[in-house]
Amino acid sequence: MARIDLDNLDTIQFDVLKEIGNIGAGNATTALSKMINAKIDMSVPKVKLLGFSELAEVIGTEGAVMAGILLMLEGDIDGMMMFLLDIDSARTLVNGLLGKNSDEHEKDDINFNEMEFSVLREIGNIITGSYLSALSDLTKLTIVSSVPSLQIDLAEAILSIPAIEFSKIGDKVLLIQTQFDNESQINGYFVLVPELESYDKIFGSLGL
Amino acid sequence: MSETIKVGMADLKVCKLPDCLTTLGLGSCVGIALYDSSTKITGLAHIMLPSSKDIKNNSNIAKFADTGIVETLRLMEIEGAKRSKITAKIAGGACMFAFAMKDNDSLNVGARNVEAVKRILGELKIPILAEDTGENYGRTVIIDSNTGLLTIKSVGKTEKQI
Repeated sequence: MARIDLDNLDTIQFDVLKEIGNIGAGNATTALSKMINAKIDMSVPKVKLLGFSELAEVIGTEGAVMAGILLMLEGDIDGMMMFLLDIDSARTLVNGLLGKNSDEHEKDDINFNEMEFSVLREIGNIITGSYLSALSDLTKLTIVSSVPSLQIDLAEAILSIPAIEFSKIGDKVLLIQTQFDNESQINGYFVLVPELESYDKIFGSLGL
Repeated sequence: MSETIKVGMADLKVCKLPDCLTTLGLGSCVGIALYDSSTKITGLAHIMLPSSKDIKNNSNIAKFADTGIVETLRLMEIEGAKRSKITAKIAGGACMFAFAMKDNDSLNVGARNVEAVKRILGELKIPILAEDTGENYGRTVIIDSNTGLLTIKSVGKTEKQI
């Protein structure tokens, strides 16, 4: 029987989740920074428990198009993890990696060709991989992730997948929001959806 | 003035002429638009899961196909809609992410939602006039109480009406 009640987390549990977000996102930022060969700062992650209707509003403007990368998790932690980038951030990163000029594209251009799509998926793979390896190091838990799947669509539609997972256990979603910061303003968001038993394992491994 | 009223995720609303109801970015969720052409009373439910019976924490009745549809019908009837005149149009239930590796239950929830909605509407004898379901993209829907037409918008696709 799971001990964790997501609607009633205590301060310590909340701080632990925030710290996990911090370490995971920090690792991901370093990976990202190496990848595009530029210094990237990261804001202190915000950990929020949100109602379903608030979720999309917090992440972006209503009806915003985003790139979502989803991985299924197995091992000691079961569940799924999603990384979201707003569409302009996705474009900036892809162009940065391919050495293209950003001015070639209109703002909010959602058309990525096959090469760009695959670069974007690889970016997602590296970012989520470094996030998960930090989490795994911290907790000494084994996390096996699937090959990532990428989709570009409305934020609401993409977020419906983790939201549905959360909806099986309550009416809130746990969001770890990280803002990467450099001149080009890259905004990324992590949504980690462990199954309830996995929360217990995470807290247990940290002596809580 | 006609107003467009927003229906959130795991939410349901009812409106009268001349208003519209809309819900943004249905992914694997399903939008059920219910319409009584005689009174023009309109309802829209945005459900996330097939059945309230499978879930312990089921207090939010708008979250599930079974309880959500029944509640929308109840609210429409309070407003004066006639059950025998109510018809349905449904949209959503996409499979947003494809995984080759395994047949994952959480990823097929879109198809299971559509199946449940159809079964429940069938049991309630509400005819389904049209549907736009499945595939792998999100849908924003708007139902117009004046015409009963359901407009569907998707990213990078032409708008359609059913």
